[in-house]
Amino acid sequence: MSVLIFIDIAEGKIKKASYEAASYGAAIAQQLGASANAIVLGKSDELLSLGNYGISKVYNLSNESLHHFDAQVFTKLIADANETIGADIFVFSNTTTGKSIAPRLSVRLKAGLVSGAVALPDTSNGFVVKKSVFSGKAFAHIAINSANKIIALNPNSFSVVKTEGVAEIIDLNLSIPAGKVAVQSVNKIIGDVPLSEADIVVSGGRGLKGPENWGIVTDLAKLLGAATACSRPVSDIHWRPHHEHVGQTGLAIAPNLYIAIGISGAIQHLAGVNRSKTIVVINKDPEAPFFKAADYGIVGDAFEVVPKMIDAIKKLKESV
Amino acid sequence: MFFKQPNGIIFAIKLETEIVQKSIYKNNFRFMKILICISKTPDTTSKIAFTDNNSKFSTDGVQWIINPYDEWYALVRAIEIKEADPSTILHLINVGGVESEPIIRKALALGGEEAIRVNSDVADSYFVASQIAQIAKEGNYDLIFTGKETIDYNGSSIGGMIAECLDIPFISHAVKFDIVNGNAVVVREIEGGEEIDSAPFPLVVSCQKGMAEQRIPNMKGIMGSRTKPLKVVEPVEISALTSVVSFDLPPAKAGVKLISADHPEELVRLLNEEAKAI
Repeated sequence: MSVLIFIDIAEGKIKKASYEAASYGAAIAQQLGASANAIVLGKSDELLSLGNYGISKVYNLSNESLHHFDAQVFTKLIADANETIGADIFVFSNTTTGKSIAPRLSVRLKAGLVSGAVALPDTSNGFVVKKSVFSGKAFAHIAINSANKIIALNPNSFSVVKTEGVAEIIDLNLSIPAGKVAVQSVNKIIGDVPLSEADIVVSGGRGLKGPENWGIVTDLAKLLGAATACSRPVSDIHWRPHHEHVGQTGLAIAPNLYIAIGISGAIQHLAGVNRSKTIVVINKDPEAPFFKAADYGIVGDAFEVVPKMIDAIKKLKESV
Repeated sequence: MFFKQPNGIIFAIKLETEIVQKSIYKNNFRFMKILICISKTPDTTSKIAFTDNNSKFSTDGVQWIINPYDEWYALVRAIEIKEADPSTILHLINVGGVESEPIIRKALALGGEEAIRVNSDVADSYFVASQIAQIAKEGNYDLIFTGKETIDYNGSSIGGMIAECLDIPFISHAVKFDIVNGNAVVVREIEGGEEIDSAPFPLVVSCQKGMAEQRIPNMKGIMGSRTKPLKVVEPVEISALTSVVSFDLPPAKAGVKLISADHPEELVRLLNEEAKAI
């Protein structure tokens, strides 16, 4: 029995969500008295760092062509590599990459899949994984009944655990099948924190009255090292790009801290943010439904409150 | 029957019915055959509660809808493709009991020539994807659209599973889909940005916001949907790989702590010292 964790890289860098998956997979291995190994498809010089997250062996296929993602190719490579690795529990992070590969691998290996896991499996009676359902409004406990098992872990739901350890890097010798998907271009918003991985998210709604007023949102976000987000109406009327839209039909996020400025908190918006650990709501309207879902709130004018918050945070940072 | 060549010239040809039934994309002629996967989910405003010792979702008073990603993005984009090229064939598929039929009819009111219902309870995503893959294989579809996830189970796995069953490409989280020179060109969302992919047919695409705009069925569509064929087929034998043990609800929030608008610095102090969030 062993655990194999898929590590996703971008421009050679290991993603934060993958470190979480590594820690999570290592914890499962420890629970079962098994070993935790990782597989990395592509070139990265950060592979040794995985030893600090409980990984024993890193299986690596370092090839330029893997720089471009094709779920069909990646799935086949993982399955082929596993013929020698022999893992029976597979861990992915539940990101766009994980969501593309994990279901394919599930079919290929006849491995039951739980995507959106939020806690370690309960192995006291079978193998039961807790996952988020109903857009964060409930949890389901799902038993995986097949011999091979796959878990896709939600980002920001398992804390990275750093240990002292050394990983052994093993080069895989596999032939790479020709892919059918051609990646024509990748357009990343350089320098910004990806919304799905951000620890802190500052979000603005229609209460801000216009895109020209977004300065207070971006200033606060910059100060906190946070990602920026917005409500659906704001992206619909193009005040902000649609990839910032969080909510039922946008991105579902689970940051440590979510600060909502001028967002009333419709149920569809809450569905995308209710897994946030701490929610702060700043709104002029004391009747805004968001206050019911918040941990902290200020009833007041955002244009007065937020600049004062920014000053207070600056003072706090200076005092540390 | 009218056919459209890749160069855009339309010509008429008489064909035997059984040939018409098949996609003949591979012969350089094409009329695109699209299968759209439709799932039944509780309305977004439904109260989430459980019965039978927390092992089942309580359907009391629940309003059922077409999963929004399936309807607003997958189905509507497919309808737009057909509007641009009327030779396109749109079929809908649902895996579910007879109680799925109202939402299937609603989907047919928006568009599509016929629907197929695989008459079975939903065991797990592997079971559902295997059923759809079986129908897709028999029907020789060029393009299979799913929503990016259902709003109840949030699995995001049906599309990828279907693609693997059929050994064809899968592009997830599509925000834009076009057909250019006989290939699919898809803009997909990735963490912190977008990626533009191209792929040959057949393929599976999971759809999300950006693909199309929500539509409301008109009276003609609603009337027409009643007479469109809704085929009921029995499931193939597939063993589910997972099962639901129980559900639970997150602990209730302690209630909001309100801070005076005159003292935002107090909020900052609480976030730092109490919530340890900054």
